[in-house]
Amino acid sequence: MPPRYLLRVTEQPRLAEQNAAVLLPEPFVKWFGEKGWSPRVHQLELLAQAQSGQSVLLIAPTGAGKTLAGFLPSLTELANRPKRRPGGARRGIHTLYISPLKALAVDIERNLGKPVEEIGLPVTIETRTGDTPSHKRQRQKLAPPDILLTTPEQLALLIASNGARRFFEDLRYVVLDELHSLVTSKRGHLLALGLARLRAFVPRLQTIGLSATVAEPDELRRWLVSQASPGAMSELIVVTGGAKPEISILDSEERVPWAGHSARYATPEIYREIKRHKTTLLFVNTRSQAELLFQELWRVNEDTLPIALHHGSLDVAQRRRVEKAMGENALRAIVATSTLDLGIDWGDVDLVVHVGAPKGASRLAQRIGRANHRMDEPSKAILIPANRFEVLECRAALDANYLGAQDTPPLVNGGLDVLAQHVLGCACGAPFHADALFDEVRTAAPYAGLDRPTFDRVIDFVATGGYALRNYERYARIRQTKEGLWRVSNPAVAQQYRLNVGTIIEVPALNVRYVQAGSRGAASRGGRVLGKIEEAFLETLTHGDTFMFGGKILRFEGIRENECFVSNAPGSDAKVPYYGGGKFPLSTYLAEQVRAMLDDPQRWKKLPEQVADWLRFQADKSVLPKRDDLLIETFPRGNRYYLVAYPFEGRLAHQTLGMLLTRRLDRAGAKPVGFVATDYALAIWSLGDMGWMFKNRKPSLATLFDQDMLGDDLEAWFADSWLLKRTFRNCALISGLIEKRHPGKEKSGRQVTVSTDLIYDVLRSHEPDHILLQATRTDAATGLLDVSRLAEMLSRIRGRIMHKNLEQISPLAVPIMLEIGKMPVNGEADETLLMDAATLVEEAMGPEMAD
Amino acid sequence: MNFSLSRAMLIAEADLVGIAGERAVCDRRGVLYFPDLRLLAVSDLHLEKGSSLARRGALIPPYDTGATLLRLQAVIADYQPRIVVSLGDSFHDGGGAERMHQSFRERLEAMMAGRDWFWVAGNHDPDAPADLPGETVKELAVGSLLFRHEPSKLRVEGEISGHLHPCARIVQRGRSVRRRCFAGDGGRMIMPAFGAYTGSLNVLDRAYAGLFRLETLVAYMLGTERIFAISGSMLRPG
Repeated sequence: MPPRYLLRVTEQPRLAEQNAAVLLPEPFVKWFGEKGWSPRVHQLELLAQAQSGQSVLLIAPTGAGKTLAGFLPSLTELANRPKRRPGGARRGIHTLYISPLKALAVDIERNLGKPVEEIGLPVTIETRTGDTPSHKRQRQKLAPPDILLTTPEQLALLIASNGARRFFEDLRYVVLDELHSLVTSKRGHLLALGLARLRAFVPRLQTIGLSATVAEPDELRRWLVSQASPGAMSELIVVTGGAKPEISILDSEERVPWAGHSARYATPEIYREIKRHKTTLLFVNTRSQAELLFQELWRVNEDTLPIALHHGSLDVAQRRRVEKAMGENALRAIVATSTLDLGIDWGDVDLVVHVGAPKGASRLAQRIGRANHRMDEPSKAILIPANRFEVLECRAALDANYLGAQDTPPLVNGGLDVLAQHVLGCACGAPFHADALFDEVRTAAPYAGLDRPTFDRVIDFVATGGYALRNYERYARIRQTKEGLWRVSNPAVAQQYRLNVGTIIEVPALNVRYVQAGSRGAASRGGRVLGKIEEAFLETLTHGDTFMFGGKILRFEGIRENECFVSNAPGSDAKVPYYGGGKFPLSTYLAEQVRAMLDDPQRWKKLPEQVADWLRFQADKSVLPKRDDLLIETFPRGNRYYLVAYPFEGRLAHQTLGMLLTRRLDRAGAKPVGFVATDYALAIWSLGDMGWMFKNRKPSLATLFDQDMLGDDLEAWFADSWLLKRTFRNCALISGLIEKRHPGKEKSGRQVTVSTDLIYDVLRSHEPDHILLQATRTDAATGLLDVSRLAEMLSRIRGRIMHKNLEQISPLAVPIMLEIGKMPVNGEADETLLMDAATLVEEAMGPEMAD
Repeated sequence: MNFSLSRAMLIAEADLVGIAGERAVCDRRGVLYFPDLRLLAVSDLHLEKGSSLARRGALIPPYDTGATLLRLQAVIADYQPRIVVSLGDSFHDGGGAERMHQSFRERLEAMMAGRDWFWVAGNHDPDAPADLPGETVKELAVGSLLFRHEPSKLRVEGEISGHLHPCARIVQRGRSVRRRCFAGDGGRMIMPAFGAYTGSLNVLDRAYAGLFRLETLVAYMLGTERIFAISGSMLRPG
């Protein structure tokens, strides 16, 4: 999709007070006056739209008073509401505020409470999150606050409770914060379905969406309102402007490395910037980068500046302490991953440092928006590329940010697993009629295109699993009454639903707990918990291995049940690197920009000298890829032959391509051994001379890269891929096929629970068209494999493949060649590893012992 | 190709394992075959586990019985055993045999026909399966071998058991590989679970404490083409 350029409307001067007075009740006007403020144009505009009964999408940068704008319609209406007579009817919730983060809800409670108190409004505000104690939840049901601040999961729970319709009967507004981030995930699908339900309860309900800049505002506008009339959209208010951010790329005096993601080379220069500013926010893309940067900064922190670390795996209490210190301006710098991406107010940040490439222009803009929360002052940001390709990417992103290009991903259709969860939730709340629910579901934008047969299959799935064998009728979870209403068969079903609500699937993770060194955790109960680490990573460790976590070097002591025991290993180096991988693939837009830059030596002038030199060397030794071409280099090295391709389509698409190409090369007799993929390139190595094969058209590169690889090859590989199994697991959990694991219930152990991998294998061989497999394939194709992007690439490069058969490695190939050996190698079968292990035994002990 | 020929080939190609003096084939599909006795042992079929869970609200696919029986059918066709020993937990619960779909029951009866079939009682299925042929036994002694469901705490030479669903894990070049396995120390052998929905438990788990001579423990890990014999010292917990 080509990038869109939003029409920019710089904010107009603020309205005169008399204009404001028309819309605002007197106490509000007075309050603004006392503060020496006046309401902003977009705040009044939104109020006017809301008062005329419209739903509205407000797109504005941080610092534009978005939150207050979102709540003004509610607050003014509540201010004018007649006093409730003693003994009069109980009032229900007036406004529901939904945010993707618990922390955001808590933050808003604080920020909104202040004006409410100062204006003297008779308005009650409360939060309801997973952390809310049960007695408070009970009380909220009996005596609801006027404004309830909550999350998508809590809304789903409220909808699934008895008397939901009555609970929401007075609802006027739903305010959706950070809408751009909510809508792109399955949480967004669940929320859209919840909204549809609320609209069915209260037809005059209005929605107010608050969003950062997105590529396609119309998608969000449709999302906010009922699609009963197809394509209906909310009103739109766009605030742009504010001062242009000052972004620069660090022009390091050090050598920019060929490969890697640590940006270690720039640590002293980053530290100098921290010293020069009041508060610096340092963004990185992965947890491991955060850990490493934090370590490196403390190594040079001779002034012992308060520098903190914040990422999602750390213990909650630890994170809260950091957030609090940040709010109190007690920190000079904070190293953070995306947990801080969203709009929490962080005091006086005056510099954002982005370490590593931003991967997307919109992402960069949102992160930089964090600095200096007042929109009339320029934000200041420095980009630190971690390697040479990232220099190109940073340059491209920087140009994009100035142009205002947007590359947020397009929205996808609603997941069927989420729909299944919602259907069960509806039944838990009250019996439903399939016809009515179908109509209702289709008013939610992600499900506007849902067809009736699919919907009926989802109902069948919820009821009896939807299997062709049809032998679970007697165990049905929902049943149809004589009147045709679907209701839950027994209370246990509703109970089970409540425990499993939501679409956030946690990767199996273990607590990391301190113990005495060498104790293996057996003797002592251990000390404090540092946070959680993925099981998959811990499985590769042995006793005594050291790794980085929570800003410390830890020694692995052992695993017991759901805890991983560690001890401090100060002074040692972390031996085992952790690969979180880049979480975000390079956006299509940035990829195109990078290709364009490579093709245009004029633009190299803007690049650091050492990087420009590198490109000149490449032009000399090999060739630079043309903007729309695919460059493929082949060369021998050691006793292997290498193929390096430069599609610049992101790691996911490259991984998929790598899998498919190795299958094909294997058939062609090239004996491929393995491959690695980065965001920019793909390297495959083999025992056969691929350069010779391509030159002699055995096969030709055009045949090798033919689009038909997305047919049978993809299907065949797909079916067995662990990626698909992982996706299936998510679908099975979200759809309620199997239960999520719960704390306290985890004792069951491996031999009792049925693994979703086994279920997948059985289901695939016996009912390949089952609705859950259908949902899995759709998810995997979009989310994990980037098949559509690969397809676009293959069609773009038809007849445009440039082959360079070289004597030796080219300069451009150095970065990916350096990744070999550092990244886990794909395509190397488990069986090979087993074979190696078995051979070792035979070598060491003689064949008779192995038997 | 006739059956006995293919059997001979299977046996010739396989790694033969000695258990208390008897020769046995550890088949990569998770069964044990004793060519001299023409005896096939299979453990923890857990038939009807799917419907057992469905009764409690987890509607997982009802095809596990069919899948398990298909695989069992294939190994029986390959080896043509005279005796089949199902080492307990053949059904996931006491009502499993009754719930079994008619077509599956017919398939099972067809493979039982013409051979001696023993149902060893397991903790999931202590009683004889309803309306099925075969003899239900607590344990079964054949030659120097003793077949029972749960491994006994006392060291017994020649004991073949199941119950624990052993698997083993190795780490090679930073990657972890976990597979079901036979676990043996030359004296006793614990068989992997055969059922389609059966999970597994690492042989280094506490549940196996005291069962093996650790110096001679070998995990015969199931590969897609063959068995991989891995010495106990290379195994990882978890």
